[in-house]
This record gives sequence, C-alpha cells and structure tokens, in this order.
Amino acid sequence: MAGAGAVRAIRDRIRSVESTSKVTKAMELVAASKMRRAQDRALSSRPYADQMRSVLAQLAGYAASADPDTLHPLLRQRPVRHFAFIHITADRGLAGGLNANMNRAGAVLALEHQPRVERVSVVTVGRKGRDFFRRAGFPSLAEFTELGDYPGMDKILPIARIVMDDYMRGEIDQVYLGYQRFVNTAVQRPTLRQVLPVTAPEGAAAGSVDFLFEPSPERLLETLLPRYVEMQILEAVLDAAASEQSARMVAMRAATDAAQEMVADLTLTYNKARQELITNELLDIVGGVAALDS
Amino acid sequence: MPLSLTVVTAERTVLQRDDVLRLIVPAADGQITILPSHTALMSSLGFGELTVVCPGETIGMAVLGGFLQVANDRVTVLADAAERADEINEERADAARDRAQRRLAGQYAGAEALNVLRARLAAERALVRLRVRRRYHGTGVPSLRERA
Repeated sequence: MAGAGAVRAIRDRIRSVESTSKVTKAMELVAASKMRRAQDRALSSRPYADQMRSVLAQLAGYAASADPDTLHPLLRQRPVRHFAFIHITADRGLAGGLNANMNRAGAVLALEHQPRVERVSVVTVGRKGRDFFRRAGFPSLAEFTELGDYPGMDKILPIARIVMDDYMRGEIDQVYLGYQRFVNTAVQRPTLRQVLPVTAPEGAAAGSVDFLFEPSPERLLETLLPRYVEMQILEAVLDAAASEQSARMVAMRAATDAAQEMVADLTLTYNKARQELITNELLDIVGGVAALDS
Repeated sequence: MPLSLTVVTAERTVLQRDDVLRLIVPAADGQITILPSHTALMSSLGFGELTVVCPGETIGMAVLGGFLQVANDRVTVLADAAERADEINEERADAARDRAQRRLAGQYAGAEALNVLRARLAAERALVRLRVRRRYHGTGVPSLRERA
C-alpha cells in the first residue's frame, strides 16, 4: 500500500536528519571549546605584540633620521616589481563563509596588483587557500598546511624565513599578509596589511625619552625587525585560528538549529500521514463489514 | 620607589611584578644590574639568568635572547623564550644538553657549520636552564666550564 510506504519514508528521513543534527551538535561543542583556547592564545600573545610595537616605534624614530643608505634593508622602500602575499586560511571547511571570503579577498588583492607589477605570487598557509590558488593556477612561493589548532612560534618561523630571505635577496619587493581577523564570535573580517618593507608602527611618543642604546640603534633594529615580522605573522595566524573555530561553531549551531526545525516539521507530517493511514484502514474495515452485512 | 617589571614572550606573559628592588639581566654584552631610577635604556639580551629581587623573595628565570627596555622605572623584557626556575623541566634540559653535546662531540663528523652552530646554541640554552633550575631548586649549579 502506497500510504504505508510514504509513512516509512518520512520516518527514515526523520532518523537521518536527527543523526545529522547529532553530528553537527558535536562539532559545535568541539569548536566551542577549541575557540576558547584559541582566543586565549590570541589574547596572551598581545602584551608581547604591544610592547614590541612600542619598542620599534622608539627605535624607528632614530632610524628615520639616519641616512637612507644605511637604513636597514627590511625598512627600505623600493620600486615593486614582484609583489607577494601571505594568505592564511583554515585547513578544514564547515566554517560558513570563512574560507570563501578570505579567498575572495586574496583574489581581489592579487588582481589589483597584477596590472601594476611584473609578478604576483602567493604564500599559502592552510589547505583551503592552497587549493583555491592551485585551482586558479596561481604562482605560489611556498605552501604551509597543518599548523594545528593552536599554532606556536615554531610553526611561524619557516614562513617568516621564506619571505624575509626572498625579500633580502631582492626577489620580492613587497609582502602583504591576509587573514581573517577575529572581531568577535559572530564577526570575522578579512584583513590585509603590509609586512615588508616594515612600516614602523605609529610612535607611542617616539623620541620623547632619551634612550641609551646597547649595543647601537642599528644593531638593535637588526635583531628586532625580523622578530617584528615573525610576531606579525604569529598574530595573524593566532587570530585566524580563533576565527576558524568561531565561524565553525556558529555554522554548526545554525546547522543544528535547522536540523531540529526540520525534524519538528517532518514529525508533524509523519503524524498526519500515520493518522490518515489508520483512518483509511478503519474505513476499509468498516466498509468491509458493511459489505458483509448487506 | 620600586621598579615594575614585565617579562613577555610571543606566547604569554611570564612574569609581572610591581615591587622589584633590583634586577640583574643577561644583556648581550654581559650582565647588567638595574636599580630604581635607572637611565632610559634599550638593549638586546643574550642567553642567561635573570634575577629579580623583590622584598623577601628572589625570583630566578632563564632568558634566551630578546630585548630589554627601561624607561621611567618600568622594565620590559621581550624574550624569545623565558621560563621561571619553577617551570623548568630539569630532565628535559638535561637530555637536551646531552644530545647537543653528543652532537658536538663529533658523532656528526663533517656536519655543516650551520648544524654545529645549532647544536652549540641548543647546548647553551640547556645549560642556562639547568643552571637556573638548580640554583633555585636543588643543589649543584653546573659550572660555566661545562659550556660547550
């Protein structure tokens, strides 16, 4: 009987949606706990970043007054022939529009620069961005994946090394950094900023204190600048990690809510169909009895 | 007026005190002592012990490279790595030293200069950690002669 088949089909569908919602619920909970840790990590690196910015602002004041020829190479502006950018995405999806939005921002950045320079290439961090630029056949300087949920400085150093080495050798002339900045749990914003040449942070009262430099401002810059670049990349990667978990948590919560709504709707339909089936069967029996009686 | 001190690494804030009387830092060219009203200073740091003297308490730390900024009785240490004596894992540091010294002893004969440098730095780091750990917890500070 067609009615019974339809009822069974609805019941199976309810089961399948229910089990999907269990999976998305579990993913939501996992993402929520990872998000907290990722946020803590991002926050606990902030004092270092702030302090380093203020130190660099102080030092850069002295560097700016120096002869441009003796300026540290990482600070020196030069005509841009080869533009590169570090593109940070997640390794995994199921995070709403997070990766797609980042990839779009990266593509726009690349297309904007292409007419103005001889070459544009990308350093991808994360599988989603790597796959995106590979599919587009875009030239890549390096690819990094599997930094983990809570990346540390050890994962950042090779990335920083590559761009700084290429920059010092004159193979690339400008480097940008693109990542999903963590604004809050609901909002992540694709953010692009220049990392090379280093633009000194706006001076927190630069030059207001007469510092004694040990060994010398130039030597200090020499050690500080690479660390500043590393720190900026670390900050971006930590922010991107917090963004990834937040976006996934929100996406999975939406999926769970949608699944539960669907289960409620289907249950209603199922009950209606089941009642109809019973009514029909009763009518058949009653009809049969009436036929026998007559 | 006491000094206020902040020791941070890229990953965390290691120490934050507002009652520091005296502080000995491993600057790149040797140890320097910082007392209240010290002149404004920026310096790079080497590998070594950071000694923080507070009222009734002396805190020892291993600092492995970084920067120091002193201004208006506020001292900031931007360390590449820093650990308080009580956080240092002695067995791990011991093992790291042994490993580095074995490497230096020529098990990797004909190794690249870079690798030799790397092993030497690893040995140095391990020794700093051991020295700090043993000075504050347990006995027997490894001598400087043990240095690779």
